[in-house]
Amino acid sequence: MRGEPRDGRIVVVGASLAGLRAAETLRDEGFAGSLTLIGEEPHPPYDRPPLSKQVLLGKAPADRTGLPRRRPVDAEWRLGVRATGLDPVGKEVLLADGGKVPFDRLLIATGTRARPWPKPAEAALDGVFTLRTSEDAGRLAERLDAGPGRVLVIGAGFTGSEIASACRERGLAVTVAERGPAPLVGALGGTLGALAAKLQRAHGVDLRCGVTVTALEGDGRLTGAQFSDGTRIDADVAVVALGAVRNTEWLAESGLAAGPRGVTCDAGCRAFDMYGIVTDDIFAAGDVARFPHPLFEYQLLSLEHWGNAVAQAEVAAHNMVNPGPRRRPHLTVPAFWSGQFGLNIKSVGVPTFSDQVVIAQGSLKDARLVAVYGYRGRVTAAVSVNQAKALEYYQRLIETAAPFPPAQGAADQIESPEPVPSDVPDPKMLSHGPTVALTGHLPDRRLTLVQPAR
Amino acid sequence: MAADTLFHRITDYAHRADPYPLYAELREEGVVRQEDGSYLVGTYHEIEALLHDPRISSDRRKRTVPDETALAEQGLPPAFIGLDDPEHHRLRSLTMRSFGPPHTPDRISGMHDEITRIVKDLLGTFPGKERLDVVDDFAYPLPVTVICRLLGVPIEDEPRFRAWSDDIVAGIDPTPGEDPEARPRAAVEARKEMGLYLGELAEKRRAHPSDDMLSAFVGDGSGGQLTPLEIMTTSVLLLIAGHETTVNLITNGVLTLLRHPEELARLRSDPALMPRAVEELLRYEPPVHMLPQRTPLADIEVAGVTVPKGAPLILMLASGNRDPRRFRDPDRFDPAREDNQHLGFGSGIHSCFGAPLARLEAQIALHGLLQHLDAPRLLEDPPPYRRSPVLRGPRHLLIEDGRSGGRERR
Ligand SMILES: Cc1cc2nc3c(=O)[nH]c(=O)nc-3n(C[C@H](O)[C@H](O)[C@H](O)COP(=O)(O)OP(=O)(O)OC[C@H]3O[C@@H](n4cnc5c(N)ncnc54)[C@H](O)[C@@H]3O)c2cc1C
Repeated sequence: MRGEPRDGRIVVVGASLAGLRAAETLRDEGFAGSLTLIGEEPHPPYDRPPLSKQVLLGKAPADRTGLPRRRPVDAEWRLGVRATGLDPVGKEVLLADGGKVPFDRLLIATGTRARPWPKPAEAALDGVFTLRTSEDAGRLAERLDAGPGRVLVIGAGFTGSEIASACRERGLAVTVAERGPAPLVGALGGTLGALAAKLQRAHGVDLRCGVTVTALEGDGRLTGAQFSDGTRIDADVAVVALGAVRNTEWLAESGLAAGPRGVTCDAGCRAFDMYGIVTDDIFAAGDVARFPHPLFEYQLLSLEHWGNAVAQAEVAAHNMVNPGPRRRPHLTVPAFWSGQFGLNIKSVGVPTFSDQVVIAQGSLKDARLVAVYGYRGRVTAAVSVNQAKALEYYQRLIETAAPFPPAQGAADQIESPEPVPSDVPDPKMLSHGPTVALTGHLPDRRLTLVQPAR
Repeated sequence: MAADTLFHRITDYAHRADPYPLYAELREEGVVRQEDGSYLVGTYHEIEALLHDPRISSDRRKRTVPDETALAEQGLPPAFIGLDDPEHHRLRSLTMRSFGPPHTPDRISGMHDEITRIVKDLLGTFPGKERLDVVDDFAYPLPVTVICRLLGVPIEDEPRFRAWSDDIVAGIDPTPGEDPEARPRAAVEARKEMGLYLGELAEKRRAHPSDDMLSAFVGDGSGGQLTPLEIMTTSVLLLIAGHETTVNLITNGVLTLLRHPEELARLRSDPALMPRAVEELLRYEPPVHMLPQRTPLADIEVAGVTVPKGAPLILMLASGNRDPRRFRDPDRFDPAREDNQHLGFGSGIHSCFGAPLARLEAQIALHGLLQHLDAPRLLEDPPPYRRSPVLRGPRHLLIEDGRSGGRERR
């Protein structure tokens, strides 16, 4: 029955981490209506973090990373079919097979996909990979098993660095090409970037920073690559790890505030339409969502973190089946982890939302430390390297907007360190300000009133 | 010294059987300064924050007030439980290599069958006995046997290390004003002797390694090695921590269940509830009541009180576990409690190393006992307690099994 929060038809588009956790929460919270999950991939929900770690190391088969179920979910699973459009007036999701699925409330959880190599002919060479799905991981692991002469990793963000780490652990020759000055700089800034560079080289990676790959060479099969500094290498495998693209194209005609930056929603996960009006029956969660966070000046954050997908999905699901006053905001402090080159990296807060960084515990020399990030005199993030248990304390500092630099006196503070510039892009440029941004439209383009199709 | 400060009353043996009303008083008062300059914290959120605060040291040598255990300098250096990072981390990780993941992931779970057998053997000595002392007949021999197997210590030597162990435990008793000289001195001596004993055992393993932890300590530990002195301090710590606390966990468990017959019946009929029941025991009657050895390395504000740098800081875990601002209905024993993030194993970088083993032992032991006894009855309530206010538990726990003589068991 419409209007009854615990009843009616709920449709979830995107049957992965956020979709599954939302479905479980909906049932946990007593949603008794019909529930449909639509997923483009033919598989039931699986976990992606192991794909660039255990799977590439051959420790887990690519098709065995299925997500554990927290509870049975009574739902109709429509897998292997893509949603191609959304009719917000008729309240229907349109499918690639011509089908239409009506809904009373909708959750958008379509996540991201790997950014492809920009030149299609080169991207099509045999030996060129991206890594997002279990098929990607399976194919790449198989190719690594075959013992390629050299692997080229393009992009030294988290995924690229993890891939390079797995290759080295297998004893394969690896070249990493990174446009920035060091690996991980885009996410963690200069200090930890320098540490990552040192470690990659110590592990035998041929790391090339400040260069871009200008061409992938080959005739049917990849044979090598050229760099912007005029050098070239032989390689028979290249992994393109240039970040992710948000899966929002299917919403182009929907009238929602959906575009390359994600689906903009409020703190309660309710999607905005393109005029900044909040919808009440369309929600978003996970990598595809973009939401305001009070700890970061209400900037609209898009996070590609496992933990965020889970937490946001739970909040979205709760809000889908509860009346207004009972709704909850998604205010979780962002957190993620990564494993590479023997390092366990964990982060709380938003390291890019910073102007300074200080090593508050441990030391770079031992590669066991906590780096604390501050913005305009308050703590906004902390990243631990091989010292994850320390983070809880800093999370509290972030939550309470404690002054930066944090109080000294840590038992394992090796010396009294000085804060240094964090070397991340200016946070003011990270995103738009607190006002609702009409994503899908460039800010300099004049606003025109568009009637949603249909 | 006035003998009626809160800490005096808490450590006073007269209150050992039920310190909880005093803990409630402590929580009421907030952070309490004692006349000797130490500070007590008994509220959950404050303890939790302090356990994660990097400015809190576990190394007593960093205290700025006179500390009787400074005398320990004459003995063995502290084990990792009394050190800060990075030393603490280095020693703890080296020790962990032969205890748990990632290097030895199955050591503990692999002991399941062995622990079950030990429990069965102990229960096998019961039939015929009408009265049991849960401590002497069951809760003490079990963890001792287990930790001896794990470390590679001959169980026949139990009387020797029991005496040392008693002295060492007495040494960490912070009861104000009690034998300020003699007890720590005896503890230092006992630690030294026990260390020499264990160090020798470890040396013998060099030539004849087996699959125990002492062998691993002297063996080829690629990625670092404990020095002979570190092997001594570490194995003393493991041997003591490996049984002194588990005895109390099991005994407190039996006592609590006998005081709550309806929960006992429920656990008997639904053994799957046991892991959660053990968690609840760790909250409700934890074996470690306080951490007496923390010291701030800077002036630190705790709930509006500034605890000065270098002052002794005593974290009352058992009080935090019953904080109504954290746990609903905290004085209720509820084996099915869901929201149960207790402080029974501490938290933060020093959180109990042996937790997986303690959990497993307690689960198997309590399950075995519940299935074995017919209609157990407490003969003395409260039972006599051990002296220590830190490692708190009954010295004896006499019970009688209803239709005694014992039904025949498999
Ligand atoms: C290799 C790799 C390693 C990672 N490692 C870590 C890590 O160590 N730590 C960490 O915190 N995070 C990590 N992440 C990120 C984490 O996996 C993501 O944050 C998480 O998967 C987001 O979940 P999601 O459900 O929002 O999106 P996704 O997992 O991207 O799922 C979206 C789903 O929607 C489907 N879909 C898209 N469009 C449509 C459509 N139109 N119709 C139907 N279905 C559609 C997609 O096929 C996909 O299955 C990693 C990611 C990858 C790829």
